[in-house]
Amino acid sequence: MLLVLLTLVACLTVVARRSDAPWALSFRLYLVVALVVVVLRVVFRVLLGGQYGDTVLLDLPEIPLPDFAAGITLLGPVTSESLLFGLYDGMRLGALLVCVGAANSLANPKRLLASLPPALYEVGTAVVIALSLFPQLAESVQRVRRARRLRGDPGRGIGALRRIVVPVLEDALERSLALAASMDARGYGRSGNLSAPWRRVTGTLLVAGLVGLCVGSYAFLDSTAPQVLAWPMLVGGVVLAVAGFVTAGRRVTRTRYRPDRWRPAELLTAGTGIAVAVLATVALRQRPDVAYTDPATWPALSGLALVAVLLGVVPAFATPLPADQARTDAADEPAAREEVAA
Amino acid sequence: MTTMVRWHDLTFTYEGAPEPTLRGVDLEVAESELVLVAGRTGTGKSTLLRTVNGLVPRFTGGLLEGDVLVGGRSVRDHTTRELAHLVGYVGQDPLRTFVTDTVEEELAYGMEQLGLEPQTMRRRVEEVLDLLGIADLRHRALRTLSGGQQQRVAIGSVLTMHPRLLVLDEPTSALDPTAAEDVLGTLARLVEDLGLTVLMAEHRMERVIPFADRLLVVQDGEVTAGPTREMLLTSPVAPPVVELGRLAGWAPLPVTVRDARRRSRALAEALGSPPAAVRPPAGRPLLRADGVTVRYGRTVAVREVSVSVGAGTVVGVMGRNGSGKSSLLWALQGTGRRDAGTVEVLGEDPGGATPARARSLVGLVPQTAADLLYLESVDEECRAADRQSEAPDGTCRDLLDRLAPGIDGDHHPRDLSEGQQLALVLALVLTARPRVVALDEPTRGLDYEAKEMLGRIVRQLVAEGRGVLVASHDVEFVARVADEVVVMAGGEVVSAGPVDRVLAESPAFAPQMSKILGPGWLTVDQVREVLV
Repeated sequence: MLLVLLTLVACLTVVARRSDAPWALSFRLYLVVALVVVVLRVVFRVLLGGQYGDTVLLDLPEIPLPDFAAGITLLGPVTSESLLFGLYDGMRLGALLVCVGAANSLANPKRLLASLPPALYEVGTAVVIALSLFPQLAESVQRVRRARRLRGDPGRGIGALRRIVVPVLEDALERSLALAASMDARGYGRSGNLSAPWRRVTGTLLVAGLVGLCVGSYAFLDSTAPQVLAWPMLVGGVVLAVAGFVTAGRRVTRTRYRPDRWRPAELLTAGTGIAVAVLATVALRQRPDVAYTDPATWPALSGLALVAVLLGVVPAFATPLPADQARTDAADEPAAREEVAA
Repeated sequence: MTTMVRWHDLTFTYEGAPEPTLRGVDLEVAESELVLVAGRTGTGKSTLLRTVNGLVPRFTGGLLEGDVLVGGRSVRDHTTRELAHLVGYVGQDPLRTFVTDTVEEELAYGMEQLGLEPQTMRRRVEEVLDLLGIADLRHRALRTLSGGQQQRVAIGSVLTMHPRLLVLDEPTSALDPTAAEDVLGTLARLVEDLGLTVLMAEHRMERVIPFADRLLVVQDGEVTAGPTREMLLTSPVAPPVVELGRLAGWAPLPVTVRDARRRSRALAEALGSPPAAVRPPAGRPLLRADGVTVRYGRTVAVREVSVSVGAGTVVGVMGRNGSGKSSLLWALQGTGRRDAGTVEVLGEDPGGATPARARSLVGLVPQTAADLLYLESVDEECRAADRQSEAPDGTCRDLLDRLAPGIDGDHHPRDLSEGQQLALVLALVLTARPRVVALDEPTRGLDYEAKEMLGRIVRQLVAEGRGVLVASHDVEFVARVADEVVVMAGGEVVSAGPVDRVLAESPAFAPQMSKILGPGWLTVDQVREVLV
């Protein structure tokens, strides 16, 4: 019940605040994938029996399998409990996908990049460019498919795929090279004057920090590991890594033109996101049955949880409309947070 | 005068190429000079320009011998990014080089990389917005700008870095005449106002020549330099005005339309009245379209356009970038969208026919012709085309040999020059024996000579009784090949009729000969015929 609501909230936000930028066109794809996940889950439940519960809906014959597949049953009686369990399971995953999709189609990846610490800037740029390649690929595919019909192509089979892929990839490669050349010609990746010892210090700090973080989180999650390692290592790792970032950042002479500021709309959006997360956590602590529905009963719903989810709608109306300059990504944060809450 | 760029005995060979692309280039460009680079397509103009900031060989591979010094720094010791504050480089296709999404961010991008203070950045962005006249576009998304606006933003995005040298590689090749005038006018002003050193390759030479201090001519790997007028006498590429000057034996050679007009009185008298346009006998209409409308979402790309193409006639479709020319051609071919209206080719609607049938009615060569090529060699492409159109073996190869003789069948289609690629695609399309041939922006990337070849091909097609539609914003080309012209704006037809009348009506679309000798004269060839 809660999941359906959550999905609706995400959809509403997207519909209300979506721009026509290339990255915004992918939301429909996410919806389709989410639906496929739900359907697959249910189908698998039916196919690979292992049913429990006693409300038999459909009595299918069980197909005997050879010995090496012991433990796996094919078909067999279908019970409403296991069917519902599959459905809920699928919906959980589906809702997660829809939320990620919403965040993806609302956020402008390039603005996200602008908020990265300077030390990560170069890696971030590579990632953002890789991301922005996909909509471009979709555009090329369309163009090439259309052009192919002019040649009277039969258009089926492996050959047809190749006929599309070759020109599209060439186009993508040419575009990437042009972009890379342009970025290079405009000074991307100029390094400041940093002495060799400093560079060594930076590297050591970053590596040590990462090792600390790894060991720390392992000890934290694995209860059998000595607990002495957990918190101190985690904190130590964070400190070292931050120090590494700061020194690495000094190497970069880049500055920022008009950094994004936190204005009311952004604050409100982030605020509602946090509120949704907190409220949902509290609500679910009080009434765990809302989150983990027992397949045998009608899904429960608590008032608090309902309020929590509905709060997520606020940014859909409180944020400014994406104008031509598309300041749209403010709305993505609640979606991301809701996902955590879910 | 200090030296800005110095090529020091430069020889450059692309990897695997048997011959060097540039050979023994030894030249200097002084500070605040505007130098125009001319030469046929594929002779190494771009290569020469790109050696200046090290994009060649760093992005292309190949062997560079000798040295290039920019502002006293060698490209051997400095990477492209380290030269970014000295050299501003602007390429042909601005949309492919944009890194950010909006005009203001794009202008600031380079300065961010240089690490300038936020105050300085704000000030320079404002200065450049005003200088280029794009202040009202500051918050616009780059994708939504017109071609001319995009190119001006691309120029602005390097100007904010205050480079000492501006390198422009055919900045107007993708633009319609009005947008190109815009960009070139802006550049001319920059040279006057800022005293920048500018190095540019440009095929609309006549706009730049008045400001150019020197001309570099690239031919067969050799680069020669000299004063503009002298070099133009022998340059392998020249605008129609210069050709007219050479033909009439004027000295000194006129380089602008204005120059030529002042000199042309005697010639105009000698020539007499313009030749009556040789109208082909009005053949039966092969293609008749009525009220064609194409919509994409809420935008109407083509609004109730009616055209007819007769057998043996060439119809030119002209108009600004984005005026609906391509959409119209695709709709007429039957593969593209058509939301309303009727199209009839020999009594059949290509939109309702199977793709195979449609392409035997109307053959279309799209703007990015290379999209149709995907095989490993020219011969394979030709064989595939024969199979696909159920034509006898060798049909396509014969067509190709007639269009562009001497293309090696083992060559990879992507390695051909733009003109050869176009000929190959045209041969593939013609293999299906279409009655009407539509060409979308075929002159893009072609030099004067390749355009002449294309013009001959087009005339040959109509001589065989076909109808031809050519969408183009190349005025001189349309003046040469078309019998009738349709001018589109905002998806509607604003004027249509015989080529000499329509082109003479509008100053933006008038070819140079009509500007010099008056309406009625369209091409240098006409003048040549009368004189001979």
